[in-house]
Amino acid sequence: MRYLPHTAEDRADMLRAIGAAHIDELFRDVPEDKLLKALPELPGHKSELDVGRQMRALAAKNRAAGEGPFFLGAGAYHHHVPASVDHIIQRSEFLTSYTPYQPEISQGTLQTLFEFQTQVCELTGMEVANASMYDGSTATGEAVLMACRLTRREKAVLSGGLHPQYREVVETLALMEDDECLCLPPDPRGTEDILADIDDETACVVVQSPSFYGQLIDLKPIAERCRQKGALLVAVFTEAVALGLIEPPGAAGADIVVGEGQSLGNALNFGGPYVGLFATRQKFIRQMPGRLCGQTHDKDGKRGFVLTLNTREQHIRRDKATSNICTNSGLCALAFTAHMTLLGAKGLTALARANHAKACRLADLLAAVPGVEVLNEAFFNEFTIRLPGDAAEIAEKLAGEGILAGLPVSRLEPGCGLDDLLLVCATETASEEDMESFADALRRALA
Amino acid sequence: MTNDLPHPIAALKPKRETFTGNRALDIEEPLLFEIGRAEISGVDMEEPEDFRPRLGGHERKAELNLPALSEPEAMRHYVRLSQKNYAIDMGIYPLGSCTMKHNPRLNEAMARLPGFADIHPLQPVSTVQGALELIHECGRYLCTLTGMHSVAMSPKAGAHGELCGMMSIKAALKARGEDRRVVLVPESAHGTNPATAALLGFKVVAVPAREDGTVAAEAVREVMAAHEGEVAAIMLTNPNTCGLFETDIVEIAEAVHEAGGYFYCDGANFNAILGKVRPGDLGVDAMHINLHKTFSTPHGGGGPGAGPTVLSEALAPYAPLPLIEKTEAGYRLVETDEAASDDPFGRMTAFHGQMGMFVRAFAWMLSHGADGMRQAAEDAVLNANYVRARLADVMTLPYPDHPSMHEVLFDEHFLEGTGVATLDFAKAMIDEGFHPMTVYFPLVVHGAMLIEPTESESRASLDLFVAALRDLVFAAKRGDKERFTEAPRFAPRRRLDETGAARKPVLRWTAPGPEEQAEAAE
Repeated sequence: MRYLPHTAEDRADMLRAIGAAHIDELFRDVPEDKLLKALPELPGHKSELDVGRQMRALAAKNRAAGEGPFFLGAGAYHHHVPASVDHIIQRSEFLTSYTPYQPEISQGTLQTLFEFQTQVCELTGMEVANASMYDGSTATGEAVLMACRLTRREKAVLSGGLHPQYREVVETLALMEDDECLCLPPDPRGTEDILADIDDETACVVVQSPSFYGQLIDLKPIAERCRQKGALLVAVFTEAVALGLIEPPGAAGADIVVGEGQSLGNALNFGGPYVGLFATRQKFIRQMPGRLCGQTHDKDGKRGFVLTLNTREQHIRRDKATSNICTNSGLCALAFTAHMTLLGAKGLTALARANHAKACRLADLLAAVPGVEVLNEAFFNEFTIRLPGDAAEIAEKLAGEGILAGLPVSRLEPGCGLDDLLLVCATETASEEDMESFADALRRALA
Repeated sequence: MTNDLPHPIAALKPKRETFTGNRALDIEEPLLFEIGRAEISGVDMEEPEDFRPRLGGHERKAELNLPALSEPEAMRHYVRLSQKNYAIDMGIYPLGSCTMKHNPRLNEAMARLPGFADIHPLQPVSTVQGALELIHECGRYLCTLTGMHSVAMSPKAGAHGELCGMMSIKAALKARGEDRRVVLVPESAHGTNPATAALLGFKVVAVPAREDGTVAAEAVREVMAAHEGEVAAIMLTNPNTCGLFETDIVEIAEAVHEAGGYFYCDGANFNAILGKVRPGDLGVDAMHINLHKTFSTPHGGGGPGAGPTVLSEALAPYAPLPLIEKTEAGYRLVETDEAASDDPFGRMTAFHGQMGMFVRAFAWMLSHGADGMRQAAEDAVLNANYVRARLADVMTLPYPDHPSMHEVLFDEHFLEGTGVATLDFAKAMIDEGFHPMTVYFPLVVHGAMLIEPTESESRASLDLFVAALRDLVFAAKRGDKERFTEAPRFAPRRRLDETGAARKPVLRWTAPGPEEQAEAAE
């Protein structure tokens, strides 16, 4: 077995040194009838060549984004990632190191986390950010719990523009914590009146912009009402690239900003691993979940970095911790920060402009198809269209022609009367030909 | 313009053994914000043709202070930083309870196949049948290896898996119409166990351990009796965090079940018993599996992990969304309550979990096969006991009565009177070229040193490690105290001021003010 260095002789020698006659002597605390003699249900070991063959056969049954026209978004985005990013995250010293509990020999990881936190602050317009969460949806759940702790209230108001699966994650956590969630009905056009639902018992209001449906939302009046009522505004985003072009939630007065960072540096990966971004105000840091990297100095006065404010965390505080999170998304955060470092403000703005331009072009092309209505007037790189028919059926038909047209909203929101809605996204990877063939295929499908 | 410019990295304030502050291959690297520039970019982007923006007045007005590096500068920045990290690929990484084993590169290559890396979680199900098959198969392997009924694949890491298991238990109790509020947790447990229980509103009650480091069934019965009808579950790690197999585990499971409770097993230490013992045979109701431990997906400096959670038949109906079902027409993805035939307690994350980790873990399982996985567990246990046998005469074992499983626990008794603490001992190991073992955990032992070599270490590697530790023990006993209290002396940084970092947190870079600039110019 290529991963196991011992020879039979090594094993025998080592057992002798231990003073055991057989390996199972070391398993003698296991009740005898529970110790397995073999594992007959599973096959034996395989060569690299054989494993590669089996895995490739599975991979070949999937249709990859780059294989043809592709217009899916809805919380996971197909972007170009510079080749150097993948090289950086495959450096052994980053890939095969543990959480930086010994800072003297982990400054590489720690400094990149410090840079990551700073970049997330700049992007979101907030004062502090943590060293990452699992993903955007769990970050949103943690943000709601944090808001309940800070306000000592138990009610969260969730906008109808929040990603349906983010909503379900928050509801699941809230249900377990005996907190209350008020979920507004799906809001494709961003016209809901959420202000009316913010009262003196509201812990937080959770609003996504761009919304799940693509609509850009004005957060300022919501932040204003939250302030009046003593509630906190949790602003959510699923497309980090948008923040290169649109006003950051921090500038609108958000108290906690959470989002999905997959768009930068990370592949689609069928939904994970991704990287949750979590930012807030300086005064709330002691209630933040997750790891934080802080600057300090060593015995010789040299600048260095450490994990800090650990007294919030489970390994110190146990049942009094702010969260049970331990492992986060370190390597995905590294991919995010490396991509962001290559882009810089100039590159990020250009990338965001390219995305917006593609989406505007696609919206024009689709709006010209008879029977199609574009529902959003202000959007970034995705928007919702209404079709004269069942969106799931039409999307399936286009998939048969090799075009992944977008997400039928009913897949995530069944039974809400949204069967005719399709959520469509165009990133910088969509070519003019791709977009035209989408519009043409849709025209044919609706004819 | 003068040629005598101030040191460009003045903020580092190096104690200059050299003019640059560098020491040969150990090169000082400034922060991105000190070397990056706003006017460049390391990515070329085509300027779009004229178009009518539709941002509806939401255009960014706030400043965006994100400096960039060109590609060559970025490569140097990250490669230099990487060289300040220790890693498994450099040497033994004996962190107890963390299972730092070799990360096969085949698995990295497989995870990057476009058919896995470039597929979207919400593509039509007909276009991702291979992905669903892989998740389903990976789950089947995990159920077989654990002897459990089913598995929830979506939890994102170990603590998330704990949450999943405990939520399933809460849902099952609710379905029974019972409101039980107590969860038993031994004092040696990982901090995530009590944190998870508390997060779900449970009251955590400690179970004491015996003098031999294991939990007695009798002790569990006593605590259960004191909280009759209130105990929802016990959370037990097996092998436990002292590296011992819980000898009473079957009896403990029976006691908990008799009293109407459930048995949550923390699977962090599954590597010790992989292919040797099935938790399902021991009476476990739920257990998370850290794919980033037992199944070798890389730790990546702190994640991502993956925490699939296996469930007993009693808890299976409450498994969270999504579910993957094998049907005659192919694999079916159940994403909503409406489509589920059982009673999922909810959803733990958007999408379907850590696919990238499933690919790596599955490749690991296929490569090892049944025989290789058993051998891996045996070698892990062999290595820990070998280290123990070679150190037991100079270091001290708090629990000598049982064999160790995959990790061996020492205490600081052997350092008594030397003026050297566990932390100093660990830092001295850094100077010798090793990553220290886990220290001060579990909390039940004074100055704990928990060593987990894993199956990846050759005998030669273990011998080198053991020899270094023996030398250090002798040095401490000889009174060579400075070797420890001043350590590390040869690492990229010496001991860092953690108290200062917590007292006045600096969590992000800010542009230096005029005072700092003046200081830097001096």
